[in-house]
Amino acid sequence: MAAESASIEELAQAFEPMKGKPRSPMGDAVREFQRNKLAVGSLIFILIVGILALFAPVFTPYGFNVQNTAYSRAKPMTPYVITTDKYELCHWKGTPLDFGCTVFILGADGLGRDLLSRVIYGARVSLLVAIIGSSVSLIIGTFYGVISGYFGGKIDEFMMRVVDFLYALPVLVIIIIMTVYFKALARSGATGFAGFLIELDQAMGGLLFMFIAIGALSWLGMARQARGQILAHKKKEYVEAARSIGAGSNRIIFRHLLPNIIGPLLVLESLAIPGYIGLEAFLSFIGLGVNPPTPSWGIMISEGYLGIKSNPHLVLVPGAALTFLTLAFNFMGDGIRDAVDPRIHGR
Amino acid sequence: MTRYIIRRLIVSIPVLFAIVLFTFAVVHALPGGPFSTVGEKAMPEHIRLIMERRYGLDQPLYIQFWNYLKMLASGDLGPMMRMPSQTVNDIVYQTWPVSIQLGSLAVILAFAIGIPAGILAALKRNTWIDYTATFTAVLGVSINNIVLGPLLILIFGVWLKVLPIAFWGAEPPWILGFLPKPTWNFWTHAVLPVVTLGTAMSASIARLTRASLLEVMMSDYIRTARAKGLKERAVIIRHALKNSLIPVATILGPLLAGVLTGTFVVEQIFALNGMGRQFLMSIEQREYFLLSSLTLIYSIMLVLGNLMVDIMYAWLDPRIRFD
Repeated sequence: MAAESASIEELAQAFEPMKGKPRSPMGDAVREFQRNKLAVGSLIFILIVGILALFAPVFTPYGFNVQNTAYSRAKPMTPYVITTDKYELCHWKGTPLDFGCTVFILGADGLGRDLLSRVIYGARVSLLVAIIGSSVSLIIGTFYGVISGYFGGKIDEFMMRVVDFLYALPVLVIIIIMTVYFKALARSGATGFAGFLIELDQAMGGLLFMFIAIGALSWLGMARQARGQILAHKKKEYVEAARSIGAGSNRIIFRHLLPNIIGPLLVLESLAIPGYIGLEAFLSFIGLGVNPPTPSWGIMISEGYLGIKSNPHLVLVPGAALTFLTLAFNFMGDGIRDAVDPRIHGR
Repeated sequence: MTRYIIRRLIVSIPVLFAIVLFTFAVVHALPGGPFSTVGEKAMPEHIRLIMERRYGLDQPLYIQFWNYLKMLASGDLGPMMRMPSQTVNDIVYQTWPVSIQLGSLAVILAFAIGIPAGILAALKRNTWIDYTATFTAVLGVSINNIVLGPLLILIFGVWLKVLPIAFWGAEPPWILGFLPKPTWNFWTHAVLPVVTLGTAMSASIARLTRASLLEVMMSDYIRTARAKGLKERAVIIRHALKNSLIPVATILGPLLAGVLTGTFVVEQIFALNGMGRQFLMSIEQREYFLLSSLTLIYSIMLVLGNLMVDIMYAWLDPRIRFD
């Protein structure tokens, strides 16, 4: 450091560029993130996948459930000869994009369903799980941890015992048993509130119950982190100051504490996203995830892997999709963590 | 220390009890039972009633639960209702060792690759070695078992034809109750499943080791060690490594869970007769006793595993003391 020898004028000059634009921690993090090419690239990739999934009907040559058994297990780039009756199946009919309707770009599965279309529709499930899984975990976990940490004492003791207890459960086994229970429930045709849930679940292709099963235990880690953050912050001066001017608990929590602790929690949650995607793929793979014919990459792999010898593309295509999306979320999560964590700044 | 362990074990008893109760309740609440079908057809009503009476399924649930607890207390995990020639104990004896062998080989592989790779990446920070290792590690974390398994089968089983792609190469009787006979057959069959299961683990261990060692290398006592003139080699081996492994030990907990998830998938993909496959099958067939007992075993493993992690902390970090 040249600070010892620098005169006050020199120092003032050195800080000149900073005048007028205060640097917030958030702004720093964003700048740091933008310098990470891999993370930015991943973010763009995820956004593209998101757009493809959101507007899947526009971007896919066929519906995800349009069967054409004449083209069962068609290899990639198989030309699709359009006859007048088959033409109906092609819903780009009449658009200049007709070409997409003449080739199975990535091949077709056992029922002759276009693999490209199914992979794109399958992205919907993975991304939904990523969004909903992390939101549920973040909301419940933060809420739980904040209450526990803020009020302390007996409440804290009890709430944390509950978390400790749930932590000791074999989470995966519980999730599996829960999904099986929901699946069986859905077949039993219950009425009332359960019936309403079942109908909703059917309409979502089995996603609802999977979200409940995944969300039920995913918030535990978040609750511990949120509590830890609250404990670290609640004795600080700004909270004291807020209280001294008469702010109530609600105001202190929502206006003062939450904005200060939410950053690290968001980082943690972004690192957890690949886990949710993997869990969904796993559940669908063992037949407990979404209901066919809703395409999920896990289901597609489980349908394809037994015939991998003759038709590797049935596994490789959804497998690549799953791997690349997970990879992108990992790079992005790492990028966010590195950007926010001040300890690794400027290395 | 001993008192701590005993206290932890006592505390975990209610947890285990609650798990068994929960599983038992949910499993019995599932529509359909073990005897609702014979093959594809529905079981005739009168036969179903006889069969259910035979296993006490006609009694109120709390009596069934009490009977099950009594059975457990005497070391009997229950009968197999759809396979009367065997008991749950038999099934566990046949399949648990397979899962243990698979899981522990994968964990050994994970540490054997992950820790050296992480150390190397940290010491050669910002060189091509570091970049390669870091990138490979992210790739390893990102590739799901359900993708890696079929991929390895495709490469080594179908294209190169060098490794067997299904079944476990060892059978009961086990050595000491859980060890395989280390035949050539065993090792060749083990390669693909173990690599499938171990890759993600070794990748996350490598990432963690690297991050942790980097952090330790920036700490004050490392600067002190260097300042007093120690060679870099001694600084790393004597001072940095042990402390950098503490956070790595934290991963053992999640790792156990990972092994569990992994064995479900890997046993399915490679057609191994392990406990994970039995677990999935028992749900489908409503083998109440098998399902409850396997859940109990998983829970016990988890409780013991977490205890082991905590003990290891104390060993690695003397500042942690049990009261």
